[in-house]
Amino acid sequence: MSLRLYVPQDMAARAMGADQTAANLMAAAKAQGLDVQLIRNGSRGYFTVEPLVELDLGQGRIAYGPVTPECVAGLVAEGFFEGRAQTLRLGPVEQIPFLKRQTRLTFARAGLSDPLDLASYRQDGGFKGFERALSLGQAATVAEVKASGLRGRGGAGFPTGIKWETVRTAAASQKYIVCNADEGDSGTFADRLVMESDPFVLIEGMMIAGFAVGASKGYIYCRSEYPFAIDILNRAIAVLETEGLLGATAKPFAFDLEVRVGAGAYVCGEETALLESLEGRRGQVRAKPPLPALHGLFGKPTVINNVLSLAATPFILAEGAGAYQDFGVGRSRGTMPVQLAGDIAHGGVFETPFGLSLGDLVDDIGGGTESGRAVRAVQVGGPLGAYFPKRLFDTPFDYEAFAARGGLIGHGGVVVFNDTVDMARQARFAFEFCAIESCGKCTPCRIGSTRGVETLDTLLAGRGSQATLGLIADLSETMKFGSLCALGGFTPYPVMSALEHFPEDFHRHLPAAAEKLTWA
Amino acid sequence: MTEIDDADVSDLILRHAAVKGALLPLLHDIQHRLGYIPQAAVARIAEGLNLSIADVHGVVTFYADFTLERPARRRIQLCMAEACQARGVADTCAKLEAASGLKIGETRADLSLSLEPIYCLGLCATGPAALVDGAPQARLNGQRLDALIGEVVR
Repeated sequence: MSLRLYVPQDMAARAMGADQTAANLMAAAKAQGLDVQLIRNGSRGYFTVEPLVELDLGQGRIAYGPVTPECVAGLVAEGFFEGRAQTLRLGPVEQIPFLKRQTRLTFARAGLSDPLDLASYRQDGGFKGFERALSLGQAATVAEVKASGLRGRGGAGFPTGIKWETVRTAAASQKYIVCNADEGDSGTFADRLVMESDPFVLIEGMMIAGFAVGASKGYIYCRSEYPFAIDILNRAIAVLETEGLLGATAKPFAFDLEVRVGAGAYVCGEETALLESLEGRRGQVRAKPPLPALHGLFGKPTVINNVLSLAATPFILAEGAGAYQDFGVGRSRGTMPVQLAGDIAHGGVFETPFGLSLGDLVDDIGGGTESGRAVRAVQVGGPLGAYFPKRLFDTPFDYEAFAARGGLIGHGGVVVFNDTVDMARQARFAFEFCAIESCGKCTPCRIGSTRGVETLDTLLAGRGSQATLGLIADLSETMKFGSLCALGGFTPYPVMSALEHFPEDFHRHLPAAAEKLTWA
Repeated sequence: MTEIDDADVSDLILRHAAVKGALLPLLHDIQHRLGYIPQAAVARIAEGLNLSIADVHGVVTFYADFTLERPARRRIQLCMAEACQARGVADTCAKLEAASGLKIGETRADLSLSLEPIYCLGLCATGPAALVDGAPQARLNGQRLDALIGEVVR
């Protein structure tokens, strides 16, 4: 038989030279006269070892990584194609600890095959969820999602089934499904992995949502920073349209789907700003109410869900609400793709039931820092999430537990900082990012963020005092309660958590006299 | 606008005019074709989509992706967000600035190079990351950064 070689086409693999790796390997195979079938699969999400090359000699897939282009000649000389190479060998891919320890429901197919191979998708359980939804009918499909306990994975954690129910029972000639793929949080890439490794599961989730609420049109709003995801989504839609499964005339359910591309505005991840952007305007936040579920895109009832929420529904429908609901703790049901990022030894998407502690995730699964330095702070939930010190590492990963500790899990990003970090500078960056990305509609966010930068600059220049720290707290209070959306409203989380848990980084910048007062 | 640009813009406006919420897709297409949104195109777009010039100008200037100026021939868009900060992008940025003579956010007067900040490419476990002329690059420190500087910056 021919050998099978898998080289991911994912953006993270390509950023480390995967295209050239594939070309070098195929050239070497040709030079040896070998018959090698190259499959450009999706990534499995263990990004630290990308390009993760897999070789199948007929006895399972053996992983090697990271196989950068310059490693290829050495591997081939070691007898790579005969299965003898030991360098960079990670063993049978499903035995790699980072992958083996996961509970993959949403990401079950990520990395198995060419993401656009529809036959593989069906063979691995694809469209079972959609078919079951069709047999259940609309109300029972929504009931199933409700019963699963699925909550919005974008960050807000609102129960997905309740949102669907509101749209289903709204009377309107036109309804929409909008997928929020504006994954702007630093430290997150799970949406990207869904879109690049298993686009059909997202589309199936949108078809289920469309059928359940009676929407005939859907949009995926994907950020422009994800060019490969946009390309794969467009091609996946074309594949399904050719098969007659998707489109305005598709049978048995007519659903037209379009990819729209963002334009570099973080605030468009906020759902009402996203709708404004889709309608062709500046991405400015709308006041709520009215809720998008009743008065959303083009004024029509609209389900707007994150990529991960929609991509979770095919499993829920296929296997039943109970199968999903069985995982998790408290009111956080099912699995969460935690994203381990920053200075971390094993980084990538780690899908796991809710409930693992932050320390388990960072120290055990993530293996601590990649640099070998000590872990000092972990930012959870993106630029609007709190910084956690090591002494809070017992916090279990669930919505309520993080809220109780003054934080949020957001979209599940975990960014690890080592002991070189200056938390006063991180607090300054939180304000700066808010100032750059503010849509400008409400004053606390627009002005408060800039004042925050200025105030911290005063501190960092050694011209601050105790009053400066009081001013930061006061400003944060105003932004938290006075802002229209989470951008201004949550910027205080990183700022105040840095001040609360790492006060020494702020006091260090106070002039000597003021510092004496502090510790008096 | 040159005459060729003008024809291109007209053609693109026609193609998008019937689409709901056409402005962003149209601006993306023009920017993709020309590299920027020429000032003269703004009025044409407004007319074609039945919007005011202020509406179009407002959208063009709101979004970081759209620019009214010609872009540099080579672009480095360096991720400056938290995960890349945690992986040492400050050093990477300083080295790129020193090698290019640019500060982050600046473009050379001869349009040979720009060094731009970008906020997150979703490559957060393997930063510092950048788009170089649109192609992603990761682990931009050490040898990989030296190679980038050698190829693009000098």
